Amino acid sequence: MRAHLDKILALSGVAIREMYRRKDFYVVLILTVILTLALGSMNFFNEPGITGYVKEICLLLIWVFLLIIAITASARQIPSEIESATIFPLLAKPVTRSEVLLGKALGCWLATGIALVVFYTIFAILTASREHTLPVGLLIQTVLAHWTMLAIVISMTFLGSVIFAAPSSNTTICLTVIIGIMLLGRHLHKIALGLSEPTRTIVEIIYFSIPHVEIFDLRDLLIHNYPAAPWDKFGILLVYGFFYSVIFLILGCLAFNRKRLR
Amino acid sequence: MPDAVIKIDNLRVEYKGIGGNAPKVAVKNLSLEVKQGEVFGFLGPNGAGKTTTINVLLGFIEPTSGSATIFGVDTREPIARNRIGYLPELTYYYKFLTAEELLRFYARLFQIPKDVAEKRINAALKLVELDHARSRQIKTYSKGMQQRIGLAQAIINDPDLLILDEPTSGLDPIGKMKVRQIIQRLKSEGKTVFFSSHELGEVETVSDRVAILHEGKLKEEGKVQELLNKYNCNLEQVFLKVIGYEEIPV
Repeated sequence: MRAHLDKILALSGVAIREMYRRKDFYVVLILTVILTLALGSMNFFNEPGITGYVKEICLLLIWVFLLIIAITASARQIPSEIESATIFPLLAKPVTRSEVLLGKALGCWLATGIALVVFYTIFAILTASREHTLPVGLLIQTVLAHWTMLAIVISMTFLGSVIFAAPSSNTTICLTVIIGIMLLGRHLHKIALGLSEPTRTIVEIIYFSIPHVEIFDLRDLLIHNYPAAPWDKFGILLVYGFFYSVIFLILGCLAFNRKRLR
Repeated sequence: MPDAVIKIDNLRVEYKGIGGNAPKVAVKNLSLEVKQGEVFGFLGPNGAGKTTTINVLLGFIEPTSGSATIFGVDTREPIARNRIGYLPELTYYYKFLTAEELLRFYARLFQIPKDVAEKRINAALKLVELDHARSRQIKTYSKGMQQRIGLAQAIINDPDLLILDEPTSGLDPIGKMKVRQIIQRLKSEGKTVFFSSHELGEVETVSDRVAILHEGKLKEEGKVQELLNKYNCNLEQVFLKVIGYEEIPV
């Protein structure tokens, strides 16, 4: 078990190293930092009550950029290994395909975690400087929920990267699915109630089987300074997120093990 | 320890036909044994099935029928690759890593303790004469240097069996000589070397035994000297005769 874990960690280290040595990752990271800093430090119309809107825009930026970073980074990991044939000297070592996929996914998740901490630290500094208060508990919950949601996104994208040949089509599909769930996910059940059979059952099955990533979005609570949720209930949210991540990763490993590389 | 390091038994590999075409048979009922401490040259023209056989030995593809074992372990088992070093034909490495980062990463996959790994990295980089460029990213290397880092990664686990897929491909004469020296050194250390190559002069120099594959079938196999005596010519001419090549007058 320890040997498996060490190999997965070694693979994740390479994935992280690749990301921070790639210029595109830096561009997105720096762009988000600059935009968040610029927006957060502006004083629009000399209106003190505008802080809430500024926070909302900053958080939206963080969400959009992190989603892009997570999906684009994850979508190319396995296809680029196959395309550049680096997978062959790698698989000639005592390492399984599942370890390769899990290591790469872990690397992407840890890298987005680093970006997440950078973004939310800036956000916290800006909020504290404007409102002279910082809801630490809720901020931690927001970051953890966001990171768990990214785990679902990354594992789903890895599954897609094994199934779809081109990273671009996988990126588009994953981005569409995630944004679709975020916007429509919670309404699917209501939509189903107004439909006739068998469409109703189909929509209900979709509603109960998709990962509801929208419930990890705690931005509104942070914007309006709500108190933090009880930690036991919050824990269930994280378990729900990790359950879906594990399911997608298992499916990804199964598909990758069956995939013909040559 | 089994006497045969590599044992291929009645191996058949078929690739699925694309667009309704019939499946392509890449390897037809190949049986082969490579013994401990041998340098085994695996020869054949392009498309003969050499790389497919190597892919089966490394567990990259599954045989349609038949079996292949390494040190008595089925090649599909990752543990079979614990004692193997593999050099691919082309330079397939993470170009954003430096040479020592790449070797450290591979050493970790073999679960080599850190202090041992550092010693092996130093020794391997010295052997392939890349010590001076150890901290440079591989993307800045010349083709020859990339091939040499490939050789360094192939020996990082001190393997008992080396599988080299056209190790001298694209190398200059000095690079080729260096690879030849390394193969001979590994042989003197009792390692088994299984390599494919089109450089028949070199194969003749370093190999103990050779197998010649053509259109997926094993056409000839034996000790180099015995084949030279049997056909009464050099290995290149033996090769051409075995595959049935007829020279067309220009």
